[in-house]
Amino acid sequence: MKRWTFLVGAVGFAIALGGCQQRIPRNALAMTAESLEKRQLQTRKFSTSDESKLLTAAVGLTQDLGFTIESTQSKLGLITGSKQRDATDGGQVAGAIFVALLTGVATPVDQDQTIRLSIVTFPAGNQTALRATFQRMVRNTHGQTTRLELIQDPEIYQQFFEKLSKAVFLEAQKI
Amino acid sequence: MSNAHRSTVSMILALAGALCIQMTGCASSKSQILASEESQVKLRAMQTRAFDTTDRTKLLRTVMATLQDLGFVVDTADETLGTVTGTKLDGYALRMTVTVRPRGDTQQLVRASAQYNLAAVQEPEPYQQFFASLSKAMFLTAQQVD
Repeated sequence: MKRWTFLVGAVGFAIALGGCQQRIPRNALAMTAESLEKRQLQTRKFSTSDESKLLTAAVGLTQDLGFTIESTQSKLGLITGSKQRDATDGGQVAGAIFVALLTGVATPVDQDQTIRLSIVTFPAGNQTALRATFQRMVRNTHGQTTRLELIQDPEIYQQFFEKLSKAVFLEAQKI
Repeated sequence: MSNAHRSTVSMILALAGALCIQMTGCASSKSQILASEESQVKLRAMQTRAFDTTDRTKLLRTVMATLQDLGFVVDTADETLGTVTGTKLDGYALRMTVTVRPRGDTQQLVRASAQYNLAAVQEPEPYQQFFASLSKAMFLTAQQVD
């Protein structure tokens, strides 16, 4: 019986410690084999040495995409923006209705998301490189965060850079 | 009191004790405002490195590039104060602030401090990893500061 008491106490103590401690995953701050791949996906070089012109075009595109600009630092070549949007997924809602019909329990579904964007430019010889990174946080109908992720879909970055090339062209043509 | 009775009582007591620790283990939530668990000196040492460069802007830009390489989105940067802040979302939220300030005439001090979900990062390894990435990108050695 004494052993039981000790065990219960030990488990309780472990819970008490676990409640406060959260450990950062190993290699969260280490370069990985994919780091270079991601860099290539998220970076393009533009044939201009005029960094501020490229930044101006990027600001325009950020607005075109419906982002609110949060901060800019032209001396370091940085633009950050965010937008809040709907995150309802038709399939997920249908699934939730199905579960509700079967069990009478309402399961939470994704409701809204915050999408964040940062654009960083840097001089590369007589060219200027630009790297864009998107991330998003998704919340469900219970207000819980369901997703915290870096956007890694190649199509998204390809489309973004296509639009940016257009914006740079428009900027160059002063339209 | 019978023997069985006594052990039941002590079991309940042990559970209650554990619960108390659970409640107070995290202390009053206001104590978090100025809390730092590690000793300040130790923390500074693990978060700080010196680089042999006078090009502060290049160092700041490299910090931003390194954060992006590590999967961060850069939130803000300030050239005058030499600060960069970024957030990494990967099933967790990791926030990091990096500051750059001159040390003597030939060096810059870089200090990084990170927060993982709801806790300060106070282990040396993540900072070692960060500075390893940064020094590779800068082509410079990150020197330990005493």
